[in-house]
Amino acid sequence: MTVPLLKIEGLTKAYPGVVANSDVSFAIQPGEVHALLGENGAGKSTLVKMIYGLVRPDAGRMALRGVPYHPAKPSEARNQGVAMVFQHFSLFEALNVAENVALGMENPPPMKQLAERIRAVSQEYGLPLDPGRLVGDLSAGERQRVEIIRCLLQDPKLLIMDEPTSVLTPQEVGILFQTLRQLSGEGTAILYISHKLEEIRTLCDEATILRRGRVVATCTPRDRTAREMAELMVGQVLTPPAKAPKTPGPVALEVRDLSVASPNPFGTALKSVSFSLRRGEVLGIAGVAGNGQDELLLALSGEVTSPPQAVQIDGAPVGHLGPNARRALGLVAAPEERLGHAAAPDMSLTENALLSAHVRKGFLRRGFIDWAAVERFAKDVITAFDVRTPGTDVAARALSGGNLQKFVIGREILQNPSVIVVNQPTWGVDAAAAAAIRQALLDLAAKGTAVVAISQDLDELLEIADSFAALNEGRLTPPRPAQGLTVDQIGLMMGGAHGMDVAHRHEEAGASA
Amino acid sequence: MDLSAINPAVLFASLIVAATPILLAGLGELVVEKAGVLNLGVEGMMIVGAICGFAVAVGTGSPFLGFVAGAVGGALLSLIFAVLTQYLLANQVATGLALTLFGLGFSALIGQGYVGIKPPPVSALTFGPLSDIPLLGTILLRHDAMVYLALLAVPGLWWAINRTRMGLILRAVGENHDAAHALGYKVVHIRLAAIVFGGAMAGLGGAYLSLIRVPLWTEGMTAGAGWIALALVVFASWKPGRLLLGAWLFGGITVLQLNLQAAGARVPVEYLSMSPYVITIVVLVVMSARGGRAAGAPAALGRSFHATH
Amino acid sequence: MIRLEKRPTPSRFWTAATPVLAVIATMVAGGLMFAALGKDPLEAIRTIFWDPLFHPQFAGYSRPQLLVKAGPLILIAIGLSLGFRAGVWNIGAEGQYIIGAICGAAVGLAFYPAAGWYIFPLMVIAGALGGFVWAMIPGILRTRFNTSEILVSLLLVYVAQALLASVALGVLRNPQGGGFPGSRNLAQYPAAANLELIPGTGMHWGVVAAFIAVIASFVLLQRHILGFNIRLSGQAPRAARFAGVSPTALVLTCLGVSGVLAGMAGLFEAAGPSGKISIDFASGYGFTAIIVAFLGRLNPVGILLAGLLMALTYIGGELAQFMLGLPKASIQAFQGMLLFFLLALDLTSNYRLRLAKREVA
Repeated sequence: MTVPLLKIEGLTKAYPGVVANSDVSFAIQPGEVHALLGENGAGKSTLVKMIYGLVRPDAGRMALRGVPYHPAKPSEARNQGVAMVFQHFSLFEALNVAENVALGMENPPPMKQLAERIRAVSQEYGLPLDPGRLVGDLSAGERQRVEIIRCLLQDPKLLIMDEPTSVLTPQEVGILFQTLRQLSGEGTAILYISHKLEEIRTLCDEATILRRGRVVATCTPRDRTAREMAELMVGQVLTPPAKAPKTPGPVALEVRDLSVASPNPFGTALKSVSFSLRRGEVLGIAGVAGNGQDELLLALSGEVTSPPQAVQIDGAPVGHLGPNARRALGLVAAPEERLGHAAAPDMSLTENALLSAHVRKGFLRRGFIDWAAVERFAKDVITAFDVRTPGTDVAARALSGGNLQKFVIGREILQNPSVIVVNQPTWGVDAAAAAAIRQALLDLAAKGTAVVAISQDLDELLEIADSFAALNEGRLTPPRPAQGLTVDQIGLMMGGAHGMDVAHRHEEAGASA
Repeated sequence: MDLSAINPAVLFASLIVAATPILLAGLGELVVEKAGVLNLGVEGMMIVGAICGFAVAVGTGSPFLGFVAGAVGGALLSLIFAVLTQYLLANQVATGLALTLFGLGFSALIGQGYVGIKPPPVSALTFGPLSDIPLLGTILLRHDAMVYLALLAVPGLWWAINRTRMGLILRAVGENHDAAHALGYKVVHIRLAAIVFGGAMAGLGGAYLSLIRVPLWTEGMTAGAGWIALALVVFASWKPGRLLLGAWLFGGITVLQLNLQAAGARVPVEYLSMSPYVITIVVLVVMSARGGRAAGAPAALGRSFHATH
Repeated sequence: MIRLEKRPTPSRFWTAATPVLAVIATMVAGGLMFAALGKDPLEAIRTIFWDPLFHPQFAGYSRPQLLVKAGPLILIAIGLSLGFRAGVWNIGAEGQYIIGAICGAAVGLAFYPAAGWYIFPLMVIAGALGGFVWAMIPGILRTRFNTSEILVSLLLVYVAQALLASVALGVLRNPQGGGFPGSRNLAQYPAAANLELIPGTGMHWGVVAAFIAVIASFVLLQRHILGFNIRLSGQAPRAARFAGVSPTALVLTCLGVSGVLAGMAGLFEAAGPSGKISIDFASGYGFTAIIVAFLGRLNPVGILLAGLLMALTYIGGELAQFMLGLPKASIQAFQGMLLFFLLALDLTSNYRLRLAKREVA
């Protein structure tokens, strides 16, 4: 057997209070597509950060082509042929594509030459890009191309990809996979991090499964079912949420021709969004990140206002009203970002309970706060939604993602709303908490609340939604019944490949001709 | 009022001189803010630069050493800001204010023995017969070396920020420090360097005030110049060329109102002397009304960075 | 190697302990500074912090001064602290203080020499309005045009100072002053004077107002939704919008309240301890109040204590100037240092310092 490209032995990394990785070992061969599979918080990110030189291991060894490898910083990793495509946080919106690429290279050529190389390489791999455009103006899929091209220009031997498909439509995923296979065919190894099992079964040669920082299994994904891998990953048998049969009531939320500008400089404006939702109904809104999801939540919650008739709750025009007036009429919301938007990180859970609940729960007398009542409410949320916390005086930032999300969703649900709007309700949440949150939303709908669930997780939407719509560049497709929809149809609703697939198609056309 | 007493050529020449301190300080702050740091201590660093430069120039008889000392003084003070905000994660607004309050007191303390003394004179550069060209010679070619240095710094910084790798990294850090960190750039070190550069430039600007523009030492002599430099950066939309324009505009107003006072304009002196501040406010309003992205503010401006991994 | 580690919950102990530590550190560093100036550091520190209260000869004069100086500092700092908590940076309280003094004094002087119980209250209202209007300028510019309130409020200090010079030499000048700049002495005009309420204590209406402000702000921050919204906006602006807080209303409220309090402080000063509007009326209370607000951790009770401490350094500084020939500016530098140390130690409440082993590569 040949010397593996990367061999990892006994890597361990501990942070105060958590062991992120414990005695992790595996090996990657040249040209192999290797999956790193695990739930949120299983230690995947820390592991790849160690390989990329961002974090130093406490113990363990790595070897690259049989030579000891211990990068102290990312530039050393890059010099030795290791490149990484990040899930978040590595592009600069106000800089153009070429500048962004240059920042990720050790010795970039002069800008003009670099621009030409970007054009050339991006065409070659089927990911066309204009080097002069501002990254802030690009779609999520195009941004990812910038990152990939940045890596490819360094001629990497190992390409690390952290959850690359979470920002892509199913069609775009197809294009990406073609590119990755092309790379692997040329001998580049790919370390592919994901929790999406079907993807891994299609793409990867080998898989290492992590749970709570340890390797629990290694397998060949094509030989396993998705369910088997899921149970290895989660460590328990999962029960899909139960939908109770129901009869939809009268229209609770009506959105008519809603167009608002984004409050963010690089955001997406909503363009003439319309839908109506009955009591007891769950509307799932899919879409790739950055297609207006945040803006839709803001416009529905009242943080961004619109003409009065554009949003109606139980027939009353509320477009011009702020969040508290809408809460009084029965509409509550849970934004995507838990820390900083749905909750104040440094405030206690009691204070965070007050944050959005004082209108419907009547915590105020002439503006004075009844703290005892607020604390009782916070305790109710904690008990009802099984939030693991030492108490109500703990700061929100001290809670894990899943626990805080349960608190935030619970806080809204216990206000008995007639309409609830949630964005990415289970993003970054462990499987058990995610299942609990989905079940809670379904139970709420069964009791007659209209639910708008915005999510980038298609599986989640298919699980809970009665009807289905997709956001694409600020436009919403007409809702369709969820029953019988295929992933392909949903992908097309999400905008297909956003017209980005030119190069591969060209190739295919050439091949078939 | 006798407006004929105001000679336009001399007015322009003195406008350039009046603009130099805020131009220097403004360029320094521009670099600091490009790196994503808001240092409100410009006023404090300027006045410390003013007294350090003055004291050393008087002590050694060398204006050159004076300018060096001014830059060093400003840089040292900025180092306090750098340590507090970059390592100890103190609030940048509060720390900048503290720098100004401390700088004003500290400079007055050092400056006690220097009130009423004249600093060694700084001679203008001569460009031979060129300096005698009517109008152009008077306006442009009879200044001291610092004026030209400041003017050269404008294209120099433009080039450094927009055309060099160093400048690209600086802008990257100011736009998104998490991304810069993820790519392996030392955010804190880069910001530290930018802050110290800003301090040195503010110190130079202060030394220019006390050694050439006034030239005397008096307590609180910067009189808001540092704040105006801060406003200029906003006015300039973080672009060096526009900063020069703004500095000249402000220098022009200052010089004009002084000339009007001297010419005995029928407007009370107090209204003339408040005019630069009022006009700065008006300009700020006009610029900021155009909104964030068009104005070009670095996205991470004023935010603390703490690497968790 | 020392590492910073974020605490899951802010430490209450360190939040309270840092100001004390900062004061001690400043005493040490200040002592070094005084030693460098050729003074005996221990004597200087004693003169500043001890003698104003306990010196057999001077304490009789300087003790009441404590409240006289602390009153305006606390009053202004309470207003500023609300804004600072909300992320609204009014650093031009000095200007609002001056304008408040001018407006309030102008009303008093307009009634001169009439008598009437209503004159003084009218002056207070005029002072408050003056400060309010001056603070509304940065407020409206920020909310309408997104102009930095930091720069505008500060630049307006210079404008206010020019206005002060103008009125002291012009409309408000004492017609019987023999041509000297400055207004009539309001302290000698009974209907307008802000007199000492309890002899020998320095207690005047401004001090009363400061105490009321401390209590009101304490209740506001602890019990009222407005105070909650202020805290929320400063800590998590997006969460505040989610909670239905209008950023515009919040900015205007914070600037308005701080303007009103600074304006009132100006009037109380002009009608009391200072007595008149003169060119050198502005003494930097508006700036020192910023230090007081931070030193008091933006907490009303803390500000009360910090105001008293800062007043002590003022009085002690004067005493040291007089007894030891310590330069006046050294007190200003001393106060600046205090703020540095406080900011430096601030992180202990949110971060833990850890001695970490060198990481194994």
